Amino acid sequence: MTPLAGYLLVAALIFAIGLAGALTRRNAILVLIGIELMLNAANLNLIAFWRYGPHPEALTGMMFAIFSIAVAAAEAAVGLGLVIQVHRHAHSTDLDAMNRMKG
Amino acid sequence: MQAEMTQSLAYAASCCTSAAGNLLWLIPAVPMVVSGVIALLKQPKKKTSATLAIGSLAFSFLLSLFAFAHVLSDWMRGIATREVYGFAWFQMGAINVDLGWVLDPLSAVMLLMVTFVGSLIFIYSVGYMAHDKNFTRFFCFLSLFAGAMLGVVISNSLLLLFMCWELVGLTSYLLIGFWYHKPSAAAAAKKAFMTTRVGDVFFLLGMVWLFAQTNTLLFYNHGGGSIEPLALTAMLSQHALFGLSFATVIGLLIFAGAAGKSGQFPLHVWLPDAMEGPTPVSALIHAATMVAAGVYLVARVYPLMQAGALAGGTTPALTVVTWVGAFTALFAALIAVAQNDIKRILAYSTVSQLGYMMAGLGMGGVAVGMFHLITHAFFKALLFMGAGSVIHGCHDEQDIRKMGGLRADMPLTFITYAAGMLALCGFPLIFSGFWSKDGILDAALHWSVNKTPFYMLAFGALLTAFYMTRQVAYVFFGYWRGHKPAHESPAVMTLPLVILAFFAIVLGYIGTPAWPWFHSFLNGQAAPFNFGELINPAMLGISALVVFAGLGLGWKLYGNESPKAEDPDVLEKAVPLVWGWLRDRLYIDELYEVTVIAFYAWWARVADFLDRRVWGGLVALVAWVFARWATLSRFLDTNVVDGTFDKGCEEIYTSGGILSRVQNGRVQTYLRILALAIVAFAAILIWSSRA
Repeated sequence: MTPLAGYLLVAALIFAIGLAGALTRRNAILVLIGIELMLNAANLNLIAFWRYGPHPEALTGMMFAIFSIAVAAAEAAVGLGLVIQVHRHAHSTDLDAMNRMKG
Repeated sequence: MQAEMTQSLAYAASCCTSAAGNLLWLIPAVPMVVSGVIALLKQPKKKTSATLAIGSLAFSFLLSLFAFAHVLSDWMRGIATREVYGFAWFQMGAINVDLGWVLDPLSAVMLLMVTFVGSLIFIYSVGYMAHDKNFTRFFCFLSLFAGAMLGVVISNSLLLLFMCWELVGLTSYLLIGFWYHKPSAAAAAKKAFMTTRVGDVFFLLGMVWLFAQTNTLLFYNHGGGSIEPLALTAMLSQHALFGLSFATVIGLLIFAGAAGKSGQFPLHVWLPDAMEGPTPVSALIHAATMVAAGVYLVARVYPLMQAGALAGGTTPALTVVTWVGAFTALFAALIAVAQNDIKRILAYSTVSQLGYMMAGLGMGGVAVGMFHLITHAFFKALLFMGAGSVIHGCHDEQDIRKMGGLRADMPLTFITYAAGMLALCGFPLIFSGFWSKDGILDAALHWSVNKTPFYMLAFGALLTAFYMTRQVAYVFFGYWRGHKPAHESPAVMTLPLVILAFFAIVLGYIGTPAWPWFHSFLNGQAAPFNFGELINPAMLGISALVVFAGLGLGWKLYGNESPKAEDPDVLEKAVPLVWGWLRDRLYIDELYEVTVIAFYAWWARVADFLDRRVWGGLVALVAWVFARWATLSRFLDTNVVDGTFDKGCEEIYTSGGILSRVQNGRVQTYLRILALAIVAFAAILIWSSRA
């Protein structure tokens, strides 16, 4: 097994764990954490493909990952802000209870 | 050629403008505007409308007097006035259509006559129509007529003349049919309108042809007009059918229009029927002015008629005018002998006298015809108004057999009527009709072509004296054969009679052979005064013989006895067959009935058949085809097009319902679908990369 395959397997595992969490949990915060896990699995893939790709000296994969992390941070901030607003409104973070915005 | 040049120089020298000429357009305009004002009056106002109408015509009369004085003073200084005033009506490409008016002796004399006689008839109408509930409408039409007639007189453009001419025809129609509730009046109005229209079609053709030839419709335009030497020479050089020059043919076409308006044979049939109108209308329109418009038109385009004549000679156009006029004069006089309606006798007399005028124009020139026109206008208006007074006094009785002995009941009417009657007969030396009719007979006697017109006209003069004597004997002599006693008319009616009677006598003295002032004035020459020529023994002898023969014969047959109303006429007993022909107006109306009218009726039936069966059937077929086509189209729409569309809509609605279940609003459901899709994609990718 090559080192790349190992990284990819780990990343796939993390993604699967994150997906499972996002799909199964009812608490909005935990769903967000699941999404973060999936994002980080993707970041791990980016780094792995850069490190074991044809041009590891170019630092492009690193740059891409850093941008992705920054975007994920912004997204987490927005997501948490939304959750706080929802909690204030509904006094709950249960996602199943939040279906009243259906058109 | 030399003579032409000097004449045109004389006119050119006098073509400057004058105040009278500049204001000439007001003469027709004022009565026309007043007519409009009367029409717009809020409610029938007898006094206002009569005042307005009479005032407007009096104003026109004063202006005419002013214009006439101007022409007269020019003439006394030896200048032949011909002032033309033009303006462009519209321009179409390179074609200019100009209108304008002209002030010359001819129009000045005519204006004076029309406004003067017209004013008197307007005043008379106030009395005659006093009890008519449509008094206001009557004066509205009368004013419009006066305006249109004056427009005809001053026109310097054949087009403007034609427009006013048609307006005159319209008002004639309106006034003949004034009592339109009488079917006979309505029919007479239609007959007059249509008969004159026959002539007008030819007139229009002549006008268009003239325009095509000369590019202008102005009569006089400083040498460039359509009846000035330049244009005439051009038209003489071209020949239409039978070697007649264009000038002749155009002249004849215009004469056909004049014949329609002036009741010349064969278009005379409308004039006697036109007596259905109120009597002032008969006096104004069908005796004094409108019917004279045709004669005036011929006088106006006289250079066209005369073009190509050598000195003292005649032209084909003038020959036709002469023959038509002479025949009409005799023909109508014959019919007048056997009529019993007081107005109908005068109507046929008018037709006959118009024939004299035409013959005078044809043989003796403008002045001879126009002189008779002017004198006739006065004494015939007098006779008609006298007849109106008689009808009024006899409680609307028009049959002369049911009158009689009126000279005692209506003395003023009798005296004036007698003056008019003697003027019409041409009583020697005293009355105007003698001098004007003598002029025509004299011209006929010296006509170079043929002497027949002279005999026709002389015999016509005898008949004129005869039928007028018969009429006067029936109406004013003998004893009263009516039911209610007659009464004299009010002063508003008799005063115009007196004035006209005065003119019926004195007007002759401006045109005697000793002092032919009128002829010289119209021809732009000095008037010689030569007392020696007053009596032309041959002419006077013939005239006197003819007139006294007519008067004597009439008096012998009708003067002494006083027949009962039911008795047959004296002549009827003598020659019943001829009398029947004459009484039935020589069957001209019947002839038209079986020819022209029958043809039109047949043609109308053919057109009706074509319309109903042929064209109508075609239209119905097309309509049927389209109706069937529409039914098919509707079937396709409801069943095919609509069906497909409705089904499609239904299905889309259903599928929308199914899909909407997926959207349950739960975030995690969406996420699950997303995850499933990703797994599916991943599986496909892995599966395909394996191969």
